[in-house]
Amino acid sequence: MAEGITIQPESAPNAAQDQGASLWKDSWHRLKKNRMAVVGGIILILLFLACTVGLLLANLLGYSHESQNLILGSAAPSWQHWMGTDILGRDLFVRVLYGGRISLMVGICATAVSLIIGVLYGAVSGFLGGKVDSVMMRIVDIMYALPFTIFVILLMVVFGKKLILIFLAIGAVEWLTMARIVRGQVMSLKRQEFIEAAQALGLRKRRIILRHIIPNILGPVIVYATLTVPGVMLLESFISFLGLGVQAPATSWGVLIDEGAKAMEQFPWLLIFPAGALSLALFSLNFLGDGLRDALDVRASKD
Amino acid sequence: MSNPFLELQNVKTHFPIERGMIFRKQVGTVKAVDGVSLSLRKGEILGLVGESGCGKSTLGRTILQLIPPTDGTVILEGKNLNRLKGDELRYARADFQMIFQDPYASLNPRMTVYDTLAEAISTHKNVPTGEMPKRVSALLEKVGMSPRFIRKYPHEFSGGQRQRIAIARALAVEPKLIVADEPVSALDVSIQAQIINLLGKLSREMQLTLIFISHDLSVVKHISDRIAVMYLGRIVELGPAAQVFDRPLHPYTKALVSAIPTADLGIGGKSKRIILSGDPPSPINPPSGCPFHPRCPFCDLPRCATIVPKLEPLDDPAQTAACIRLKEIH
Amino acid sequence: MPPLLQVENLHTSFHTRHGIVRAVHDVSFDLEKGETLGIVGESGSGKSVTCYSIMRLIPQPPGRIEKGRAMFGGVDLLSCSEEQLRKIRGKRISMIFQDPMTSLNPYLKVEDQLIEPLLIHEEISHAAAVKRGIEMLDAVGVPASAERIKQYPHQFSGGMRQRVMIAMALITKPDLLIADEPTTALDVTVQAQILDLIKKMQKELGMAVILISHDLGVVSGFCDRVNVMYAGRVVESGTMHDLFQRTKHPYTRALHKSRPVFQPKGTELYTIPGMPPDVSKQIVGCPFAPRCEFAVDYCTREPVLLKEVEPKHTTACLRVQKEGLKL
Repeated sequence: MAEGITIQPESAPNAAQDQGASLWKDSWHRLKKNRMAVVGGIILILLFLACTVGLLLANLLGYSHESQNLILGSAAPSWQHWMGTDILGRDLFVRVLYGGRISLMVGICATAVSLIIGVLYGAVSGFLGGKVDSVMMRIVDIMYALPFTIFVILLMVVFGKKLILIFLAIGAVEWLTMARIVRGQVMSLKRQEFIEAAQALGLRKRRIILRHIIPNILGPVIVYATLTVPGVMLLESFISFLGLGVQAPATSWGVLIDEGAKAMEQFPWLLIFPAGALSLALFSLNFLGDGLRDALDVRASKD
Repeated sequence: MSNPFLELQNVKTHFPIERGMIFRKQVGTVKAVDGVSLSLRKGEILGLVGESGCGKSTLGRTILQLIPPTDGTVILEGKNLNRLKGDELRYARADFQMIFQDPYASLNPRMTVYDTLAEAISTHKNVPTGEMPKRVSALLEKVGMSPRFIRKYPHEFSGGQRQRIAIARALAVEPKLIVADEPVSALDVSIQAQIINLLGKLSREMQLTLIFISHDLSVVKHISDRIAVMYLGRIVELGPAAQVFDRPLHPYTKALVSAIPTADLGIGGKSKRIILSGDPPSPINPPSGCPFHPRCPFCDLPRCATIVPKLEPLDDPAQTAACIRLKEIH
Repeated sequence: MPPLLQVENLHTSFHTRHGIVRAVHDVSFDLEKGETLGIVGESGSGKSVTCYSIMRLIPQPPGRIEKGRAMFGGVDLLSCSEEQLRKIRGKRISMIFQDPMTSLNPYLKVEDQLIEPLLIHEEISHAAAVKRGIEMLDAVGVPASAERIKQYPHQFSGGMRQRVMIAMALITKPDLLIADEPTTALDVTVQAQILDLIKKMQKELGMAVILISHDLGVVSGFCDRVNVMYAGRVVESGTMHDLFQRTKHPYTRALHKSRPVFQPKGTELYTIPGMPPDVSKQIVGCPFAPRCEFAVDYCTREPVLLKEVEPKHTTACLRVQKEGLKL
């Protein structure tokens, strides 16, 4: 592109403002300007608070996700039960909060697992390059080829049905894509002169990766992570649907939706509320992810 | 005179071209640097000139051990750099540093000026934390920048200022040798002069040996003591800067000198302008004999296509050129 | 007869987060048929934006052409309909860009890209267009043109690609060619070839050329007239001879002086102190005044206009205009 198009005012940093503005701060300002992303972020925080603090409050007030009221059965929403009750007479609102806690936890933990493994693996593979890179990436390819369902069933069979295994199983699959993305980013970053400069200075490889490479790829990584969370949450409901995931009386949004779908015709609220909650979370995450992608784009900061 | 400060002996850097996914086989070789011998004294400034693909940047990186040489040796103050491995090499790097072409890409965008310079200082020296800000400020002042910019990020500076920061980073480890790879070609004309002046001043003050790589002969002429002209991985002419510029010996240097756009009207120059035909050939299949012969206006076949010329003087032993017809065309 | 291109009071700005960047500020110039105009300035001086504005190639937003006219063959390029503009752009006005590596589509054969403007703008059969394409490649000095036209861009070297770009720009025989730093990305020995080629083609086709460059040296000996731009304004305009022998603006003088070619070895290179002004702020007075060794107090106060001080030689320097300052 011609120099005239990407015009950049050659503004000298002025004395009044000696504290520099990092690219992170810059991105934060851009993110704040994106209304949809801000709304998404606020909704997520509210959802998170509701599923943690809100759930505690509800428990204190005597509502529990387990306590049944078989006589009441499936009741429509009322002042007593805001979202109605399910077939066993359990308060749906509390169950949605409880399910949300598990779903969000799965989403966040599994994404965190995939982030940590994926970023380190991808960064090392991309930075070292050559034969090491070839071997490391072939391992990823092989793991990609493993059928996910069988992998999860095997885990469950060997270690028993534990919630922590769901995190691990999902994280273990999601990090593969993360590693590939990170590797690609690192490969292009490696040719940048500041990486060469760090080598010329005589920095250790570990320091180059941790200090010069990873901070510069966090942008796309964070964006991908926010888009991974909804994917993970959907995956969890799929596992639960197979009966391998969350076990009753515990529940998650995926399980609630599955139950609600079965009783959709008589008791539509059983489907509408959990599905609404899940959609709300997914939409918010996607908007936040979109906003982050635009905000963290370094090219945009040159406008 | 004692041993030279930096000596290159028949340095070759070749890159294999490989094909195939699993069974990689070599289908060719890029001879980026093909037999370069040079020696520099301490504090000397050498201008390394050539077109893109002539191997000047690869040579610079080979000297600094960023790319391992295929053959030949690089000796700095009697120490063979090729033999250094691992940590030994990392420690030795305090002696030789690099300045890069693109000041927009050579600074980590997520680190402040302070972080960048402090990292460089602490790589090879233990400096008490309390003293670091003073050291960083002193470095910035040395390259002509105000220390009040210390907390700023690279994107907040202009190209010229960024290049100054990059120079400060190279100076942070107190090197003896600096390779500057096209340090001014990404900058505006008026800023170029500032950076050239700065590099010249630093070299004089600190007894710094400088290899200044550029495609622009006029830029190099000003700062260098000697100029080496490269073509397809080899040095084709070497001599004192002013002499190479005013009385080029090699036909390629003649063409380079005459290609400098001169903003003078009627002060001659036009009449003896040599416009070369064709593009620089690829280093994958370099021409036989003298690599320049297919484009050379003085080419005499079949001699020039068979004999590989060596650097020889015409009259002054300080200025040498690799052309077998050197005596005939002068 | 009116000039081929008449640009009047062009203002272009970019509305960014950091404020309004006034990239081009009140630029006017004429271009006669067959004439060669050089536009010289440093990066950010508005030289490219001027030409992109004329071609309406400024990305909008953030760019905006605030006011002005660019009359070309009785049509105002800045306000005419897209339809009219399309008929002119690529047909009567062509453009070549700085980087021949990125301005050709790597997935299309050279042939398809080369004859595209012909197929769009002229009633011509594909075969006839290919024939014209081969002739054009011959004219710009691509050897074995009949075979090479079937190849992809990556099979061409940088210099050859720039030749292809020139062939593409000239295939419709335009009245005006805008060349934006056409040699900057090329090797020194190839630069001279490309400039010679443009000159030769200009003679053959009788077209006008606008050559944008950051290097006074490149435009010298090539252009009839040169506009020197600084901070979005034209600060001096005249023939090459005027500019060098009878310089009328301190900035032109400084630019000329800071070229290393002209400075004796061993001395410090001449530099212009300070930095170009921030064009996102309103500039009162002369934009070069803070860096100018000749500046006096009124330079930073009084409005500056481009005035003719010699026949066909204009300057925006107040001291030259008022006191006849000798530079």
